[in-house]
Amino acid sequence: MITLTHYMALSALLLAISVAGIFINRKNVILLLMCVELLLLAVNFNFIALSRFMGDATGQVFVFFILTVAAAESAIGLAILVVIFRTRRSINVQDLDVLRG
Amino acid sequence: MNGNVMGFLGACLPEIVVGAGICVVLMAGVFVKDGRHLLYLLAMSCLVAAAWVTGSGDPAATVLMPGGAFIQDPLTRFLKLFVFAVVALVFVYSRAYIGERKLAAAEFYALSLFALLGILVMISSASFLVMYLGLETLSLALYAMVAFERDSPVGAEAAMKYFVLGAIASGCLLYGVSLLYGVTGSILFSDIAAALQPGAAGQAGALVGLAFVLVGIAFKFGAVPFHMWVPDVYQGAPTCVSLFVATAPEVAAFALTLRILVDALTPIDMDWQLVLSVLAILSLGIGNLVAIMQKNIKRMLAYSTIAHVGFILLGFLAVQGGGLQAALYYTIIYVLMAAGAFGVVLFLAADGVDADQLDDFRGLNRRSPWFALMMLIVMFSMIGVPPFAGFYAKWWILSALLESGQAMLATAAVIFSVIGAFYYLRIVHLMYFDEGAGQPSVSAPMDFRVMLSVNALALLGLGLFPAGLLELCARVLG
Repeated sequence: MITLTHYMALSALLLAISVAGIFINRKNVILLLMCVELLLLAVNFNFIALSRFMGDATGQVFVFFILTVAAAESAIGLAILVVIFRTRRSINVQDLDVLRG
Repeated sequence: MNGNVMGFLGACLPEIVVGAGICVVLMAGVFVKDGRHLLYLLAMSCLVAAAWVTGSGDPAATVLMPGGAFIQDPLTRFLKLFVFAVVALVFVYSRAYIGERKLAAAEFYALSLFALLGILVMISSASFLVMYLGLETLSLALYAMVAFERDSPVGAEAAMKYFVLGAIASGCLLYGVSLLYGVTGSILFSDIAAALQPGAAGQAGALVGLAFVLVGIAFKFGAVPFHMWVPDVYQGAPTCVSLFVATAPEVAAFALTLRILVDALTPIDMDWQLVLSVLAILSLGIGNLVAIMQKNIKRMLAYSTIAHVGFILLGFLAVQGGGLQAALYYTIIYVLMAAGAFGVVLFLAADGVDADQLDDFRGLNRRSPWFALMMLIVMFSMIGVPPFAGFYAKWWILSALLESGQAMLATAAVIFSVIGAFYYLRIVHLMYFDEGAGQPSVSAPMDFRVMLSVNALALLGLGLFPAGLLELCARVLG
């Protein structure tokens, strides 16, 4: 029997994987964008599981909005990525080090 | 029924007007060749129209949309009118800068208005869903604005850092919201406050949710240890965008904190106050200390912002002593000071070269005595020297802290403010006692000069007659 606790543990695990991915990743900016998406999906998972087990539709409505915003967010992220690639010919995370102090 | 619908539409009329204005500006940007002045006029008239519909009608009325997710009350009206004024100020300051460097004017005005729309929605939100949508409208517009000088390599880098950190912050905020939703079964602020009464079940889950929500709030405010994006964005963005990022979104951050922590999470205030006091003291300390080491004025102002954010957060710790109205007052004065400081930086930018190093301020008194005096007023106000408005902003926060018995926090705040005086006074020293070496003479349009003077003199005026604005803050907070 799969209970609410299982769903919430999975969601917490996805959250941890995505945050670890953002901070451990030192190579590629596209991986950062993928981890951001995973973070939002972890949240969606939580909302849907809670909504299902409480019998309340609000959480599912919230998920629709998060999905929409996530699409807009990755569009902006990829656009910034293109600008970076045009000016430096590289999308390596370690090359983003001009601004410091 | 019909009257009801009109009443509800009236509650979100400012947002509708701004949304329509964005469409007009975008269309004008596409179809009008070289329409810099037309776009400026359109954006300004959009602000005036939105301010007019916000200000007209009963100023004391409270309208709650059906479903209870969107609210219009005296506080939202006051904050919205202030934000309209600030954005108008930003447009006046930025016009010459955009023209000189051939930046894309239509995109600047449209994205600024999008960000403004997000701020308005955040101010009026009464549920986490509306709050989140406003926050994302604001953030997505800001990411694009930071990167919109396409040939600047630092702009894109700053935008990417801002984007990644901002996305993590929204993710954390949402995860916290999902846990609070699981505990309370609702996303409306009022229902959450009612469900979290002491002794209710699921307090542990609510605390974990609270921790994630606080991370999100601290990121958006730029409080230490979640401040890494602030200096990079202020330095890397074009100066007109730094001006925007430093001013209007701070009002939104104040509204976000007020709505979430005070409206929704007051029942567990013992828990968030402890975390918030650590964030506030760290922000005051790191902000003031690291600002001393900066050579770039935009970066220095970023660390100064972090320190001011620490002060605003202190206000939320002294709710019983009138801390909320002190925090609102501080936010307003801070926004005026930041607008004045970045206004002077924009004023000094000439011939497509930014005057963003501290050395560019050397001998400003010789080149332009009047605007050196204006910068002096802004700097003294940031330090908190009487009779300038910054003094009363700090004074009321400190007296609210003392009133609610938090003398330790007040002492720490005073010590860090004294340390912070050093880097503001250094700018005054550079302007008045150092020789300039070949900086170009300044030239700016008349409206810019007038508004910059009004902005700085307002800090003096509000310092000489401080009671009116504080009373207004207390009244709108009800």
